[in-house]
Amino acid sequence: MATVMDKGAALREARFEVEEFNYAYADTLDRFDVDGWVEYFTEDALYHVIARDNAESGLPLGLIYCEGKAMMKDRAYALLNTEMFAPRYLHLSITNTRALKIESDLIHAVANYTLIETLVEEQSRVQQVGKYRDIFERTPNGLLLQERKCVFDSVMIDNCLVFPV
Amino acid sequence: MDVNSSMRSTGGQGPHVWPDDKTLIPDWIYTDPDIYDRELEKIFLGRHWNYVGLDCEVSEPGDYFRSYVGPLPVVVTRDMDGEVHVFENRCAHRGVEFCREYRGSADSFICPYHNWTYNLQGDLTAVPFRRGVKGQGGMPKDFDMAKRGLRKFHVATRGGVIFATACDDMESIEDYLGPVICPEFDATFDGSEMKLLGVHRNILPANWKLYQENLKDPYHATLLHTYLTTFGLFVSSNESNIPTDKYGRHGGLLSRRSEGRPDVSTEDAANMQAFKKAMELNDPRVLDFVREFDSKWSGSVLTIFPTLTALRQTNILNTRLLVPRGPNEFMMIWTVFGRADDDEEMVRHRLRQNNIFGPAGFLGIEDNEVLKFLQDGLRKSLPRDGLALLGEDDEPTDTIITERAIRGMYRYYRDVMEL
Repeated sequence: MATVMDKGAALREARFEVEEFNYAYADTLDRFDVDGWVEYFTEDALYHVIARDNAESGLPLGLIYCEGKAMMKDRAYALLNTEMFAPRYLHLSITNTRALKIESDLIHAVANYTLIETLVEEQSRVQQVGKYRDIFERTPNGLLLQERKCVFDSVMIDNCLVFPV
Repeated sequence: MDVNSSMRSTGGQGPHVWPDDKTLIPDWIYTDPDIYDRELEKIFLGRHWNYVGLDCEVSEPGDYFRSYVGPLPVVVTRDMDGEVHVFENRCAHRGVEFCREYRGSADSFICPYHNWTYNLQGDLTAVPFRRGVKGQGGMPKDFDMAKRGLRKFHVATRGGVIFATACDDMESIEDYLGPVICPEFDATFDGSEMKLLGVHRNILPANWKLYQENLKDPYHATLLHTYLTTFGLFVSSNESNIPTDKYGRHGGLLSRRSEGRPDVSTEDAANMQAFKKAMELNDPRVLDFVREFDSKWSGSVLTIFPTLTALRQTNILNTRLLVPRGPNEFMMIWTVFGRADDDEEMVRHRLRQNNIFGPAGFLGIEDNEVLKFLQDGLRKSLPRDGLALLGEDDEPTDTIITERAIRGMYRYYRDVMEL
């Protein structure tokens, strides 16, 4: 009985850590700080944004597919220095966070996310709605993402996804 | 400027007159609902092969997926004998768009409204209460199931690419592509078995023709896209070729990447805002080139009229289907594939490289954004003609700072649209 209680408490503690992490992560992206976004990941992390219909059909194509932090840095550099796109405001909400499993220093967690974009003289609209399937690593400097799989329901993309989610 | 007369000439009230100057393209072809309706009749249901999908999307008997002929929803199936069929996704009874899944496997389609049932060939095979109840009601005595199937299109495939047409006496795909473009098509679709990696979908708030123009426009490629120029995928120093078929409707942007970084002259670099000589990648694997095709071109973009573009860039392979949704909007269906014999590492290589394309790709973002801006200009401003001035119509086809292929497409378009 005590073990069950401990496990529940450990998952609640982990959920709190993950929520704190996700709030900071969303704020970083809302500020377009994509250099800072890269620092939420471990060196060899996988970041995969995948349409739900592909994921459920076993098709691996990513809208974004980064194997390792180096690829994320290249995306961050491109967004900040070379890419052409319309100015916009970003509003990333992360909710329904749950820690599912703890394995030594790894936390398996899920959360829902919604990215609302607002462009000049346009009404705010949902750019992405999806679910994170995450593996976090507990490190001396706090949590880092070893894997973030963003499975999005909003399969029909409104023009393009510029910033990561 | 006489504002009133230019408004009248494009307001849908008077006849549209195409300007005499062949370097001018009038705004109204991108915004006028009457032109859009005429495109359905003259182009999508006319004497053209419409791309609808790839063989590898229906690899097994019973497989199906949703697709489009122009703006019309269709279902593509593979029947139990292995034949591919394309029929309208619209019940013959009341018109319900009955197939609602992106893709799947089935032995029949049942319209949910009154349970009319169709087989994988699109034939009507069952209707409930045909004889009514207790001898009353039901179908008329002369009701003929054979005449009540779904509207079917003629189908042809080449190199694993599926095309459909409503034209009853259509030429072969080979003849449709013509002797200049067909060999380039065959170089990408060389008959080796393809493997579906996934599909991207996006709505682009622009007229569908602007996307074909974009991929017939080597001028913008060197200016808008840092990735193409800086890493030598398409840049002024590459050996290049911009062929078109004899009608001007199909075209190619073909380019051969040099080893290492491109050797761009100082003068060219000064002209190309997008060229970043000093830019380095933290993960250069993205640009690795595994040679796999018997072609001198490392990059081949084909624009097959009306709504297919086929891309082979380094090891990225995709088709893009343009689905018109009114004059001011189209849907893009990007079908990304590899080869059936790819090992796990090759699949991952393709997935990494595909960050360059797609609706979150380094090029995809820029093209989708700029075409949205362009349609905003067309929709909101005073009507005028767009310019396609660069280059000459009889220039050598290795000229890359040119808009020759855009002019060629509109020569054909005017002809087929009778404008």
